Amino acid sequence: MAVMTYREALNAALSEEMERDPDVFLMGEEVAEYDGAYKVSKGLLDMFGSQRVVDSPISELGFTGLGVGAAMAGLRPVIEFMTFNFAFLAIDQVINSAAKMHYMSEGQFPMPIVFRGPTGAALQLSAQHSQACETYYSHAPGCKVVTPGTPADAKGLLKAAIRDNDPVAFMEGELLYNFKGEVPDDDDFVIPLGVADLKHEGEDVSIITHGKMIHVALQAAQKLDKDGIKADVLDLRTIRPLDMSAILETVRKTNRIVYLEEGWPYAGTGAQIVTMIQEEAFDHLDAPIIRVTQADIPMPYAKNLEILAKPSADHVVKAVNKVLYR
Amino acid sequence: MAQKKKKKNALLEHDISEELALDLMREMLLYRRFEEKAGEAYAIGKIGGFCHLHIGQEAAAAGSIKPLSREDYVTSAYREHTQAIAKGVNPNAVMAELYGRSDGSSGGKGGSMHIFDAECRFMGGHGIVGGQVPLATGIAWKIKYRGEDSISLVFMGDAAVNQGGFHEGLNMAAVWQLPCIYVVENNEYGMGTAFDRVSKTEMATKSAPHGVPAHVVDGQDVLATYAFFRDLADKVREGAGPQYVDLQTYRFHGHSMSDPVSGTYRSVEEVEQAKDERDPIAILGATLKGAGVLSQEAFEQMDVEARQIASDAAEFADASPLPAPEALYKNVWAEINPNGRLFFDGRPEQGEAS
Repeated sequence: MAVMTYREALNAALSEEMERDPDVFLMGEEVAEYDGAYKVSKGLLDMFGSQRVVDSPISELGFTGLGVGAAMAGLRPVIEFMTFNFAFLAIDQVINSAAKMHYMSEGQFPMPIVFRGPTGAALQLSAQHSQACETYYSHAPGCKVVTPGTPADAKGLLKAAIRDNDPVAFMEGELLYNFKGEVPDDDDFVIPLGVADLKHEGEDVSIITHGKMIHVALQAAQKLDKDGIKADVLDLRTIRPLDMSAILETVRKTNRIVYLEEGWPYAGTGAQIVTMIQEEAFDHLDAPIIRVTQADIPMPYAKNLEILAKPSADHVVKAVNKVLYR
Repeated sequence: MAQKKKKKNALLEHDISEELALDLMREMLLYRRFEEKAGEAYAIGKIGGFCHLHIGQEAAAAGSIKPLSREDYVTSAYREHTQAIAKGVNPNAVMAELYGRSDGSSGGKGGSMHIFDAECRFMGGHGIVGGQVPLATGIAWKIKYRGEDSISLVFMGDAAVNQGGFHEGLNMAAVWQLPCIYVVENNEYGMGTAFDRVSKTEMATKSAPHGVPAHVVDGQDVLATYAFFRDLADKVREGAGPQYVDLQTYRFHGHSMSDPVSGTYRSVEEVEQAKDERDPIAILGATLKGAGVLSQEAFEQMDVEARQIASDAAEFADASPLPAPEALYKNVWAEINPNGRLFFDGRPEQGEAS
């Protein structure tokens, strides 16, 4: 096992996949000469040249559509959004073109393209730069959604996403780029899409979550541990495909569920998963499921308000106590 | 006298053989009769949804697509039935797609606005105004990336030049010198809005800010259009970079089958005058007859053949089965991952992993 940052893990995944397959190229704002706004693509320009590591104009709709066209014609583009906040300009090309192309052409055009970049809030960036965007993408059939929370997951899942033949929204965490963790040394370390990972084991309650929020969930689990409460922390890792069997397994084991997500509550990922749990494991629930989400407001700038708006370990502990009727 | 002489010289002037000119006439007649047949089928409920006919714009399709090679890519918007046929897609498959049948070019799942044929390199069939412009730019990107010598040609309506994606696409194509020809089929109206009501500047100026050369072509004159695109495609193939064409044409029908031909936004007289003076079939017919290349009899025989192909296509479409219910979930995904769930409803799922 090597210890590396989340950023280095993503960089390694990109360079390994570009080495392996000449059809893979990286395009986005500042990805080449600047080494990436978050330095994820550091050094790739020198390794692969300006035909394969390409600085785009600030034209999200345009270069996203360019990637979709290149994928139709047989390449495997990785399109970087500096952040997913800017990808709203491009969502027409992601949903109307990429996600639907294979279906509306009756299978004539597979769409092997990855849209990647950070999602969610960082620190005091206020409303337009602080939002979790995964629900917009998982809503559309035809689009896969991946949200890695650790360096190992970042590497293994990005490699799988690049090899997948469907469009993948690969959503990273801005505050995770410096996060260090162990990454297996395998020459070809790939984590298949659709496999959740139990990040902490317990039997009293399940905290189900994804992406950056796994760290909040793990913090909560440690606090609860001191209180004698043992929690399962299930990291979904991919939102679509969704590891429903892992969800049902933890539901059957603890019978008490808290869903934690960084995004807003209305029609969020948690709303979908709660629906599915009650459809498929109603009899295994000993309490109503509680969701912990961002406050249902645009993100405020003031530090104290921002803290109040974000889901925290304390929110999770409170929710756990509620489902345990404590 | 001068007029007659010009007609006689038109083939020479454009370096187009008699045989090719006759082929262009056959093509345009086929497009006209095919679209008329589609209009009839729509009227009796055989075709649903939106259906945008290309009648009046036949020379624009034949003149720009026929000079291309099979390896060249064509991408379009939603008035694309006859462009697909021009690129080699079987008329039967196009008509069956309009009918929503299993033998359609997209198995009935695309419909009128989404004709695709990977083999013919007809890349759709896109329904969001201007959305296809970045796609075609990406196709040109792939050609350059792999060092191929094909080109990418994309059609859009005049309204598309007011979309952001148009400008983003042209800018990138210019920066990277991509082999792409951007063709505005300028029929003067975006649905019911005259272009000059929504643009302060002329159509031919739209590419200038991006450094993409602009050309204005009479899209009702198929010989001029063919000669122009033949030469332009060669130039782009040889590395001239992206090009922009204001291909001036006129639509004889309404925006779609559910829209009026005239009335609130253009007068009956305007449409009638265009039909009299700017019908591409009549224009080529006069040239060929004037030059002694085509007799009235031969023209009528061509028309009979075109009508036959169109009615055969309708018959083929009508006989083609509806898509099987099992097709419903097929091809949502190119890859069904072995783990996890991809569909989120209770209906039977095709090929779904457990």
